[in-house]
Amino acid sequence: MYFLRRLAFSIPLLLVISALAFVLVRLAPGGPFDRDRAPASPEIEANLRAKYHLDEPIWKQYARYVGDLAHGDFGVSLKYRNHTVNDIIAQGLPVSMTLGVLAFGFALAVGLTVGFITAARRGGWEDYVGSFLSMLVVCVPGFVLAPLLVLVFAVKLKWLPVALWDSPWHMVLPVVALGLYFAGKVARLTREGMLSAMQSECVTAARAKGLGENTLLFRHAFRLAVLPVVSYSGPMLADLLTGSFIIENIFQIPGIGVFLVNSSLNRDYTVVVGLALLYAVLLVGLNLLVDAAYTWLDPRVKYE
Amino acid sequence: MTFSKRAKRFVSLARFCLISGGWVSAWLCLSGCVRHEPPADLTIINGAEPESLDPAIITGQPELRAVQGLFEGLTRLDPKTARPIPGLAERWEISPDGLVYLFHLRTNLVWSTGEPIRSEDLVYSWIRALNPATGSDYAGQLFYLKNAEDFNAGKIKDPARVGVHAVDPFTVRVELNHPTAFFLDLCAFPTLYVVPRQTIESHGDRWLMVRPLPSSGPYELAAWRLNDKIRLKKNPRYWDAANTQSEIIDLLPVGSPITSLNLYENGQVDIIWDKDLVPVELLDVLLHRPDFHAFNYLGTYFIRFNVTRKPFDDPRVRRALAMAVDKNRLVRKITKAGERPASHLVPDGVAHYTSPAGLEYDPDQARQLLSEAGYPGGRNFPRFNYIFNAAAGGAAKIHENVAIELQQMWRDTLGVEMELRQLEWKVFLGAQSRLDYDASRSSWVGDYNDPQTFLGMFTSGDGNNRTGWKNQTYDALIREAGEQPDQDLRASLFQRAEALLVRDEAPIVPLIFYVGINYFDTNRIQGVYQNLLDSHPLQYIRKIHKP
Repeated sequence: MYFLRRLAFSIPLLLVISALAFVLVRLAPGGPFDRDRAPASPEIEANLRAKYHLDEPIWKQYARYVGDLAHGDFGVSLKYRNHTVNDIIAQGLPVSMTLGVLAFGFALAVGLTVGFITAARRGGWEDYVGSFLSMLVVCVPGFVLAPLLVLVFAVKLKWLPVALWDSPWHMVLPVVALGLYFAGKVARLTREGMLSAMQSECVTAARAKGLGENTLLFRHAFRLAVLPVVSYSGPMLADLLTGSFIIENIFQIPGIGVFLVNSSLNRDYTVVVGLALLYAVLLVGLNLLVDAAYTWLDPRVKYE
Repeated sequence: MTFSKRAKRFVSLARFCLISGGWVSAWLCLSGCVRHEPPADLTIINGAEPESLDPAIITGQPELRAVQGLFEGLTRLDPKTARPIPGLAERWEISPDGLVYLFHLRTNLVWSTGEPIRSEDLVYSWIRALNPATGSDYAGQLFYLKNAEDFNAGKIKDPARVGVHAVDPFTVRVELNHPTAFFLDLCAFPTLYVVPRQTIESHGDRWLMVRPLPSSGPYELAAWRLNDKIRLKKNPRYWDAANTQSEIIDLLPVGSPITSLNLYENGQVDIIWDKDLVPVELLDVLLHRPDFHAFNYLGTYFIRFNVTRKPFDDPRVRRALAMAVDKNRLVRKITKAGERPASHLVPDGVAHYTSPAGLEYDPDQARQLLSEAGYPGGRNFPRFNYIFNAAAGGAAKIHENVAIELQQMWRDTLGVEMELRQLEWKVFLGAQSRLDYDASRSSWVGDYNDPQTFLGMFTSGDGNNRTGWKNQTYDALIREAGEQPDQDLRASLFQRAEALLVRDEAPIVPLIFYVGINYFDTNRIQGVYQNLLDSHPLQYIRKIHKP
C-alpha cells in the first residue's frame, strides 16, 4: 500500500520536473538554431522555428509536449534532427546501463571487500593501506584517473584497447575508471558502518552469548554495516546508469552521458527535458527499491 | 577421508565451478551484447557526431564529408584541387550572359536501390531544399536561382516559378538572378545534391532511417549509430563505381584530441582529418613527423569591432588597434601549426583573386593614430571588453590565449585596457549578433572557393556582418562584383571592397589564416590530397595492404 502511494505520488512529481526543465532550458540565452553563421535570410530561421513549433506561446508548446509524452513520444532532437529523443535514449541508454551496472558491481565488490577487511583488521597495516587507497580514489577525479589508466594499461602495456566500445575488453578500463570512485566511497561507508555496528548493543549481546568473532563479523555486524551502503546505492546506481560525461568522452563510448551535458550546451530543448525526465524516473524508481531493500535487511524498519 | 570431508570438498569444488562458470557466461553474454561486424577497410576519425545526414539540412564539415559519400550533385569536387568536375551531369552549356545553365545528366544514373535518377529528381531536390517546411539552414546556397529567395520566404507559392526546370529526363535548365562565377562550385555543395523523392515523401523527416536507403553517391549507408559510427558500404550501382577504392569505410565521431591520437597510434584508425583533433600541447613534436600534413585552408581568424559604440566608431581607433597587433607573435607562440599571419580577410590561393595589402604591424603609426583620435598614450581611452567563446570539449584554449596576448599587446603598445570575457558558445553567438560587445573573437571558413563567401558578409545588414558597420561604397562594390561576368573586372571590384574593409575602415582585424591538418601514413593510405577546402572525397581513398 505504502509503495503504491509513493508510486502514485511520483507522477505529479515527474510533471513538475518536466515543466521546470521545459521552462528553464528555454530561459537560457540563445536557442537551438543559433550558429556561427547566420542564415542567408531571416525567413530561414523563421521557417525552422515554425517547423519545430518554437514560434508558439510556451504554454501551448508544453501542452503539445505533454500530449506527445502521453503517447511515449519524447519529440525530435533539435540538434540531431534525424533522430528522436526516443532514438537517442534507445541507442545510448543500454550502453550507459551496461557500463553503469558493471561499474556498480565493481564498486560493490571492491568497496565491500576493502571496507570489511579494513574494519576487521582495524589498526593493522591492511587498514592503513586500504583506507589510504579508498581515500585516494575518492579524491582523484575521473578525468585524471581515466587518462592515467589508459596511459598505463593501453598505451604502455598494450593490454587493453585505448577507447571505443566493441568487445568486453573495451569495457574493462571504463568500468574501472568509473567504478573506482564509488568503490572508495563504499569502502569508507562499509568501514564506518562495521565499526559502529561492532559497538552496537545487539553485537555486544551476541558476543556475550559466546559467538565466534567470524560469525559476529559476517552475520551480525556486516548486515547492519551495509545499511548506509544500501541507501547510498540508489542514487549511486542512478548516477551510474545515466552515464558519465567524462568517462564516455575519454573512452568514446556511445552512451547517454555525453548527451546529458551537451544537450544543454546545444540548447537541444527536447533532449534536455527528455533526459531530465529519464534521470528523474530512474532516481524515483531506485529510491523506491532502496526503501524496499531496507525492510528486508533491517526488520526494525516498517513502512505504514 | 570421511564422507563429510568429501562432501565439503565437493561443495567447494562445485562452488568454484559455479563462480567461474558465472564469470565466463557473463563475459560471453557481454560479448553477445556487442555487435559482430566485419572489419572496415578504412577507419577514419571524422570529428564531431554529424547533426544530420540530410544534404538539405547539414552545415558542418563532418556532416559534409559523410554526405559526400552518400549523395552527389550535378558536379563534384576534384580530389586534388577541390575544383568542380562533372558529377551526375556529364556536361553543361552556359549562356553567353552567364544567366542560363543547361545541364546534361548521364544516362546511366540509378539509385543504389536500382531505380533510375532523372532530371525531375534534381528539380525535386532543389525545390525541397528551398521549401520552408524543410527548414534548411543553408537554403541560401540556392538563392542565386531566379525567385528562389521569395519561394523560401513564402512570398511565392508556386515552385514552377523557381529557376530550375526539367527540360527532358536528362536535361535540367537553371536560370540565375545574376551571372554567378562560382555556380558550378555550388552544384557540388550538399544543399544541391540529389535526394530520393519517394523515400522522403513516404517517411518524412525520418527518411534517413530507412534501410536500404537509396543513395546517389559512391557509398550506401550501412549503419548509423549516434556517437558510435557511420558505416558506409560501396554502392555498386554508382555511375563511377569502377573507381571506388574501398569497400567498407567506418567514420568515427571522436570528441577528444588525446583519445584520437591514442586510437591512431594504436593502429585502430587510419586517418584523422579534423584540425581540432590534434592535441595542441603536442603540436611541436607532431608537426615534424612525416605522417602529419599541414596545409593552407580557406579560413580566417579575425577580430570584429562593434562600430556602433564609442570609441570604435572612429576608424582611426580601429586602425590603431589593428596596427598594434604583432600577428607573427600569435602564430609563433599560440597556434603553432604553421599558420600564416593575416593582413587581409580572403585567404591566399582563392581562385582568380589576389587580396590587396592590409594594415601591417607598425607600433609607431598605431600610437600616432590613437593620439590623432584624441587618446595620446591611451589617456582617457575607455576600458573596453573583448568577448570570446569557451573551448568545447577537450579542445585547446587557443581563443583564450589569443585574447590574453591581444590584451597585453594593446596595453604595451597603446596603453589601453581591455577586459576579457569568456562566454559559453550560444551566449557568445547571441552577444555577437545583438552587438552586445566592444570587440569580439571571430572566424570564418569559406563555403566555396570564391572571395564572395568572405566579402559578401560585411555588406550592410547581412546577418553575418555583426559589427554594425555600414558602408554604401562597399555595398555597391560587392553588388557590382556579383553581377560582373568578367573575371578580371570582378576581381578588381572585390579588391577595392576588401581594401576598404581591412585597410581604410577596419571594422575587422584579420589575424591568422587557418591551416588544415590531416594525419595518416602516406605509405599505407592513398588518395587523400590536401586542398584549400580540406575536401577529401571518400571514393578515392584506399589502404595499401603490404605483405
